[in-house]
Amino acid sequence: MLRYLLHKLALIIPTVFGISLAAFAFVRLLPGDPILALAGERGVSPERYAQLIEQFGYNRPYVIQYLEYIGRVLTGDFGISIATKRPVLGEFQALFPATLELATVALIIAILLGIPAGIFAAVKRGSWFDQATMGVALTGYSMPIFWWGLLLIIFFSGYLGWTPVSGRIGLQYFFRPTTGFMLIDSLISGRSGAFKSAVSHLILPSIVLATIPLAVIARQTRSAMLEVLGEDYVRTARAKGLAPRRVIGLHAFRNALIPVVTTIGLQVGTLMAGAILTETIFSWPGIGKWMIDAIGKRDYVVVQSGLLIIALIVMAVNLIVDVLYAVINPRIRVQ
Amino acid sequence: MKKKLTFAAALLAASVLGGMANAKQLVYCSEASPAGFDPSPWSGGNDFDASSRTIYSRLVEFEHGKTTISPGLAESWTVSDDGLEYTFKLRPGVKFQTTDYFTPTRDLNADDVIFSFERQWKKESPWYSYLEGTGWEYFTGMGFPDLLKEIVKVDDLTVKFVLNKPEVAFLPDLGMDFASIVSKEYADQLDKAGTRQQFTQKPVGTGPFQFVDYQVDAVIRYAAWDGYYGGRQKIDDLIFAITPDPAVRAQKLKAGECDIMSYPAPADIAGLQADTNLKVDEQEGLNIGYMAYNTTQPPFDKVEVRKALNMAVNKKAIIDAVYQGAGTPAINPIPPTMWSYNKDIKDDPYDPEAAKKMLADAGVKDLSMKIWAMPVSRPYNPNAQRVAELIQADYAAVGVKAEIVSYEWTEYRQRGKAKDRDGAFQLGWTGDNGDPDNFFFLLGCDAIGQSNYAIWCNQEFEALLKKGKATTDVAERTKIYEEAQVVFKREAPWLTIAHSKVFMPMNKKVSGFVMDPLGIHRFDGVDVTE
Repeated sequence: MLRYLLHKLALIIPTVFGISLAAFAFVRLLPGDPILALAGERGVSPERYAQLIEQFGYNRPYVIQYLEYIGRVLTGDFGISIATKRPVLGEFQALFPATLELATVALIIAILLGIPAGIFAAVKRGSWFDQATMGVALTGYSMPIFWWGLLLIIFFSGYLGWTPVSGRIGLQYFFRPTTGFMLIDSLISGRSGAFKSAVSHLILPSIVLATIPLAVIARQTRSAMLEVLGEDYVRTARAKGLAPRRVIGLHAFRNALIPVVTTIGLQVGTLMAGAILTETIFSWPGIGKWMIDAIGKRDYVVVQSGLLIIALIVMAVNLIVDVLYAVINPRIRVQ
Repeated sequence: MKKKLTFAAALLAASVLGGMANAKQLVYCSEASPAGFDPSPWSGGNDFDASSRTIYSRLVEFEHGKTTISPGLAESWTVSDDGLEYTFKLRPGVKFQTTDYFTPTRDLNADDVIFSFERQWKKESPWYSYLEGTGWEYFTGMGFPDLLKEIVKVDDLTVKFVLNKPEVAFLPDLGMDFASIVSKEYADQLDKAGTRQQFTQKPVGTGPFQFVDYQVDAVIRYAAWDGYYGGRQKIDDLIFAITPDPAVRAQKLKAGECDIMSYPAPADIAGLQADTNLKVDEQEGLNIGYMAYNTTQPPFDKVEVRKALNMAVNKKAIIDAVYQGAGTPAINPIPPTMWSYNKDIKDDPYDPEAAKKMLADAGVKDLSMKIWAMPVSRPYNPNAQRVAELIQADYAAVGVKAEIVSYEWTEYRQRGKAKDRDGAFQLGWTGDNGDPDNFFFLLGCDAIGQSNYAIWCNQEFEALLKKGKATTDVAERTKIYEEAQVVFKREAPWLTIAHSKVFMPMNKKVSGFVMDPLGIHRFDGVDVTE
């Protein structure tokens, strides 16, 4: 197991360097630069432009800029935002709990609804339930998040008045964050109604963010289950007279779990990407909105470091998923 | 005394943290997060709303809802005959805000004023570079490094600005956000503690509201400053709920989650107006949307070609379709609400037949050109792509084939400056300080390569601009600028498209909000009826 883990870790190191290089190059491939972005319609004189470019060091060869950047990153210094002049890591730490909270709740929703829906659709293959579930899943998968979010806001918040429009908690509740996770902070704040307000603010954004992963998980569960349900040992289990619930739950689902876990692991990336739009619509102060703002402002430091940190987190989650595989299926360790 | 003030600050923080009983609260749905709370390094309207206009004050202030200046922290001033010396008498007894992180021991004095400007000006000041890569863009952009010769402390409450050359817009410039006055005593305290960064994170000013808390990208909280020289505000708490999407801001306003919102989308305005709980204030914006010809490239180097193309465009159709009626056709390069606007100038008439003939007379046949469309919505032009399509159709009617081009926003502006740029370039401008020169400078010879996208350097116009900047008498300046507008209209370097209207939707319980022609959002004087 340790060897397996070390092997996986060894693969991560070149990947991290690759991503840092890609993030560094990506933001510089975008048209424009931070100085032009900051100048606006007023423009900036060529002399002033040259002065600022030199001040930021963006006139030096890319190789030097990259080596300096990676050198600082290796010492834990992710740089200072060009736009806000605040340390990138500090901004990330302040905003990440909001994204993590939203993504976790969204993932829980996606798993709790997606897996049972996929199992039932597979068991009742060809039934109206199967067709309806897969139809809804396809619609969910194809739904433009921005439009979907706005639609939910207009209906549930605007028309029915059931949920708040946006934000993380009602503005009447003011307490300084302890953990950054609003559900926890609101509970420990001791303010009556704060937790309820935090939950109500989470409902719509987490549904919106869960939509695509839910559809993917449901479809993947269905197809994995269909494959397993056709296996000989399932037929044998049935022939033995085992209860259908036991056959499906113990024999079929356990074996269908590996591709499903893989899919769930991969959804972390989808959740991060989805968070960008979801957070923008719901004014959710997380890293998705932060990255979008940074790209708009050509904040090289935030974009390159932010992408790298996010990639590190996604890789860490994938590593955990790989370890989980090995726990679920010992054959993987040997391979 | 110090202990008492610290106790008061602690009490304030505690009361705000605990949610003051019966506190009057105003929630403003703002459009973006501020970069910081130092009023001078940033250049975005949302930065100014969150810092300079709420927390700070300036030597002179724009009158509420106007572009004329009135006394601020300076209760009076004198200008020397040669226009080179401005001496300001400071208001005595002005208090900096007492917060849980700073307790002032003295009132505002000349040292604060000098510090506020020198930190943006003198490279040897440790505060010049306290934020990495800060260019003090507004201070530099307004030409202050060349303009200022020295700032002298005459006495504690008298400060003199000595200029290198007369500058008529100097007083309005001092009313701008970058010229907000900060506390030198607070800066010294942070210097000693080695925490200069805190200057932009935990601000201290003399304005109507004091800073309480900022949750990044989410909420900014302020409390009325009891010691404000203009009197305590009627509301106790001011909250900025940061909501980037305009449609979501509109929903929040309708749902009662905020009391007032900025920049509604044109498509939402009718719905907001129809809501019985809301009112929508509107005002002519101090802006212009235009399309600049490249006057150095044939055939646009010919006045008659530019005129003919202007006459081919149906501006009314653009106002109706793109601005959804919320705009007025632009005739001059400055908006009608600006002083010195020349009312006698008539716009080039919409006359496709005459345009066609003028093009033929100018020897232009089968003209193919580019129309540049911004990729973003701006206050002066909500949809440049749609405007370009309408102009394209109008041009087609006079035999001109136009291709629409667009690039990413920063790249767009960069490419637009190229001397060999092909075709006509859409852009616009929103005024900074209410002075006509703040619009005319866009067409100055010095602005080529920066904001002069027509690449137009007309000596007659340039001479008038320079004369206008060197004249102090308003009546005389008005005449000069009126003449400059005549030259502009005759030479037609731009197609002047529209001046847009600005809307401010709010709950009916909000009173006292005055729309500002400069596009800033001020909450002093605002009340909420429960």
